[in-house]
Amino acid sequence: SVNPDLGSERQTASFSVEKLTALLDGGTEQTRIRRAVVEAIESDPVFSRENQYFQTQNERYEAAVRKAVHLHKKMHEMGWTENGPEYKYIYRALSGDVAFLLHRVFMRSISVLGSDKQIAKWIPLATQHKLIGSYAQTELGHGTYLQGLETTAVFDTATQEFILNTPKISAMKWWPGDMGRSATHAVVFAQLYIQGKCYGIHPFIVQLRSLQDHSLCPGITAGDIGPKMNFEHIDNGYLLLKNVRIPRENMLSKFCEVRPDGTYVRQGSQKINYFTMTTVRISLISDEVLTPLMKACTIAIRYSVVRRQSKLKPGEQEAKILDYQTQQEKLLPQLAAAYAFHFINDYLQQLFNRGYREIQRKNFDMLPELHALSSGFKAVITQHSTAGVEICLRACGGHGYSLLSGLPSLYTKILASCIYEGENTILLLQTARFLIKCFMAASAGQPVPPSVTYLAAVKHGKCPAKNKLDFLSPDIYTEAYQHVAVRLTSSTAAKLQDLIQSGVKKHDAWNQCTVQLVQAAKVSKIYLLI
Amino acid sequence: AAAMPVNADLRKERAAATFQPELLTHVLDGGPERTRRRKEIEALVLNDPDFQHEDLNFLSRSQRYEQAIRKSSLMVMKLREYGIADPDEIYWFKSFVHRGRPEPLDLHLGMFLPTLLTQATPEQQDRFFMPAWNLEIIGTYAQTEMGHGTHLRGLETTATYDPSTQEFILNSPTVTSIKWWPGGLGKTSNHAIVLAQLYTQGQCKGLHAFIVPIRQLGTHEPLPGITVGDIGPKFGYDEMDNGYLKMDNFRIPRENMLMKYAQVEPDGTYVKPVSDKLTYGTMVFIRSLIVGDSARSLSRACTIAIRYSAVRHQSELKAGEPEPQILDYQTQQYKLFPLLATAYAFHFVGAYIKDTYRRISGDISKGDLSELPELHALTAGLKAFTSWTANAGIEECRMACGGHGYSRCSGIPDIYVTFTPSCTYEGENTVMMLQTARFLMKSYTQVTSGEQVTGMVSYLNDLSRQRIQPQHVAARTVTVRINDPTSLVEAYKSRAARLVESAAKNLQAELKHRKSKEDAWNRTSVDLVRASEAHCHYVIVKLFTAKLAEVSDAAVRAVLTDLCLLYALFGISRNTGDFLQAGILTSSQVTQVNQHVKELLAVIRPNAVALVDSFDFHDVHLGSVLGRYDGNVYENMFEWAKKSPLNKTQVHESFHKHLKPMQAKL
Repeated sequence: SVNPDLGSERQTASFSVEKLTALLDGGTEQTRIRRAVVEAIESDPVFSRENQYFQTQNERYEAAVRKAVHLHKKMHEMGWTENGPEYKYIYRALSGDVAFLLHRVFMRSISVLGSDKQIAKWIPLATQHKLIGSYAQTELGHGTYLQGLETTAVFDTATQEFILNTPKISAMKWWPGDMGRSATHAVVFAQLYIQGKCYGIHPFIVQLRSLQDHSLCPGITAGDIGPKMNFEHIDNGYLLLKNVRIPRENMLSKFCEVRPDGTYVRQGSQKINYFTMTTVRISLISDEVLTPLMKACTIAIRYSVVRRQSKLKPGEQEAKILDYQTQQEKLLPQLAAAYAFHFINDYLQQLFNRGYREIQRKNFDMLPELHALSSGFKAVITQHSTAGVEICLRACGGHGYSLLSGLPSLYTKILASCIYEGENTILLLQTARFLIKCFMAASAGQPVPPSVTYLAAVKHGKCPAKNKLDFLSPDIYTEAYQHVAVRLTSSTAAKLQDLIQSGVKKHDAWNQCTVQLVQAAKVSKIYLLI
Repeated sequence: AAAMPVNADLRKERAAATFQPELLTHVLDGGPERTRRRKEIEALVLNDPDFQHEDLNFLSRSQRYEQAIRKSSLMVMKLREYGIADPDEIYWFKSFVHRGRPEPLDLHLGMFLPTLLTQATPEQQDRFFMPAWNLEIIGTYAQTEMGHGTHLRGLETTATYDPSTQEFILNSPTVTSIKWWPGGLGKTSNHAIVLAQLYTQGQCKGLHAFIVPIRQLGTHEPLPGITVGDIGPKFGYDEMDNGYLKMDNFRIPRENMLMKYAQVEPDGTYVKPVSDKLTYGTMVFIRSLIVGDSARSLSRACTIAIRYSAVRHQSELKAGEPEPQILDYQTQQYKLFPLLATAYAFHFVGAYIKDTYRRISGDISKGDLSELPELHALTAGLKAFTSWTANAGIEECRMACGGHGYSRCSGIPDIYVTFTPSCTYEGENTVMMLQTARFLMKSYTQVTSGEQVTGMVSYLNDLSRQRIQPQHVAARTVTVRINDPTSLVEAYKSRAARLVESAAKNLQAELKHRKSKEDAWNRTSVDLVRASEAHCHYVIVKLFTAKLAEVSDAAVRAVLTDLCLLYALFGISRNTGDFLQAGILTSSQVTQVNQHVKELLAVIRPNAVALVDSFDFHDVHLGSVLGRYDGNVYENMFEWAKKSPLNKTQVHESFHKHLKPMQAKL
């Protein structure tokens, strides 16, 4: 039976919970599908997470592989497909506790960056799990600065092959998920060399392990990088390549191609090679950030009405801790943020789907704005949500620290999102670069992308609010945020120009303004959120 | 391992420092002699093969517990063998043995023995102390229950006196009354000091402490009527067997109640203690230790992040030039240097609070309780302030290390999970802040009713003077000099006074509207917490500034002054609203403060590595591949990873068990 303290809370709600759930899901039909997926997964004992907190790293990994294999079967049984409406709910229902997640990124890279021929060859194999893929970009010595990656792919015209090498210890691929033990193949990012000339970073499909006995292929050294704060079920790996030869056809060549004679051909911006990262940045918000924040709020708020501690009035029963103002101040802003992020995520998804269609048509106009928006929102949302989950954890008193509260693992997992797919400070600086550029353009009367038109509409003047009720008016607070966003961008732009005019070199001026630039980028995103 | 040359970047950093790190180490240790002795003890432990073991990151929880117990037992023997008895020296020894991590005997040494010393009668000490000293009796301190932590009066465990047998009957009457969390309770201890509601002659006399045997000496089996075990895995603390304890009509002799203060006579007559505040002494002591622990934990994280930032090169500042050290980026400095300054500030506050505790507890044993309320308020607030700040700071250090910070080889995940519970244990931080606020409100009321207050809150006296002589307020022009620590202390003082006053006024306004005092308090509690924070912040800036005058070496004093300024200005920059609202700073001064913070980053930059070297953490103690003294990070990460449990076999068994059968079916 339901705890009476929780029961009484549910009596007093002033709205229909079902209706709000449907709004979040995007309609009652979506809610129905989601619940059916959750039900199918939770009732299947293979997917049980019951003992996960007691398992070792080895056991967690094995369980994740078992679940991934079982999921493949289950999808077939249930008639779920990768393009079906159920698919997006599976990961959430599994709480991410499943292997081969990078396999999806591997497939997406091929779909986005591969030629039609490459897609036709690799995607069916990957869909059937005949091979397991990973995505090997980050190296021991380089993460943020992709141009600095040290892995090389040298084209050998004589054999029509690329020769891949990780020439030094810092060049070793490090961190890719599924690579330590599971993957048979990986999309490897390497500096392309043709006849001694470097053409920058390109993606190559490299086989790592035998499809017969799973042993490492010649020239390959790979293994697990050891325990982390979380993701114990994932075999994040390292990879050393020593004169590994792959056919010319293994370079993903939708946008860039090496012809048999060694001629290099490129269509569009080289930046398109990073487009997989941009898409992942958007898609991770929902699964890796919003869901954990919502779960943390659910746990902390429910526990706060069940937990009674101390007395608010002498002689009365001990009070629910949610009735303490300090507890409300901790939790309710996190709850509000979760809703705000949910709605901005919907907006980003739509914007992104549109951009994706354009890029498939080789129209790259939206790319800078998409890049700036995905970077900025990824940084702001992951940072805020990570802090939010930790607040929830610490709002549960001592019991929050027990793994059984669920909060420690939510926290150690979500916090990785501040780093992967682009370190947040770097992403904010990239957003800032876009903002400054747009601000300059707007000041010069040139057109700017839709998300930053506010930069041109400068309104000076004071906040007209007279009493506290005025602050409940959306016009007043959105305008206040807009004002801050414009002011921080314009004052930083002015500072940059001053420095440059006073003789400071451009790059030094930029570095001296980065603290302010980060602040300006954050606020610009918070304004859009509001 | 063969010694590798020190990384060239770190060599350059160390050569560029403007001061001698050893001299600063002496300041932190409290003199060169103490540094020498600390290093001597460190060498005793680190050169002892008995204390060596596999990297804990590769061990299961059960293995970690076993290693910890093994080392703890050896530690107790060796401490005696070496004749180490000074509390600081014991602390050093223990901290090197366990590398800054918790261990199952923590509660025995830190709570059980001290509680016996302070609350047991001489007869009880004769019975229990020597066996406990010799580890025949291993004890823990069982206070927290599943349903109650903060609200001690709400604890439900009962101890009912039975005069016919002269025994107490202990019971855990509900699920929520089960003792839950005490360290060392699950598997290690055979005794516990249990806090329970005392019932005698049909009346409840409130919480009292009882010595309860829980396991059979010799066999270590739980005694009949006792249910005891481990509460399961947690966020860190793998080597600690935090436990549960349920008692069913479990009888202990009357003499097992700790009776130095309160007593139950054979016929059941209850004798009251002189002051009930005395029983909280142990908690105040532990809280004062957490302040120092905040400093140390944050220092370790800063050491790792700053050294790694000096060896990590990434991106480009200037096109065509080699990738710069990430420590050269302003954003990286802005993340790390204020934390470095904070770590130093907390060191000095930790030392101050430790000395103050010693002094005041000396007075208390002489019967002078006058300073106890302020000590209680100060330790509660500083415990909360420093642990919150250090907790967030450790996380920032980890994130400043990029992806590699997330690997357990960085050492920071371990520092974080070990430290973070201190925001909750020994008094939940928000509750602590509200206790400090209660003292502040009391002091404010005293001042407004014309009394003078003393100690750290004496700035409140100025408030009443301003009200009596309003011309003084007008005469007090804003003259904050942002280059002068003393002037910044005044700014923080004004901010604290202002926030205390505004919380007090809000509280009074609420009281006018509501009948219940408690309700008004609750509706002001967000402001009250802010007032306590401002008070603590002022105390820290004041103590840091005061410390500068004590440093004799000019170069060390100069670099500490830079840190002190950064600490104070960064705090203003983060709380500009308070300083603007109170009219302490003008808007253009705030711009100057922000600018000056950035200038200080550049000033501190050449000394950053030397400033973390001064903390003098040995590599074994630091436990970080990223923070190694020699800076040879990448080679050692690879060596470390090869030992991962998943790498024991080349092809993992899950391939044969799951993957291959699936592929065969397709």
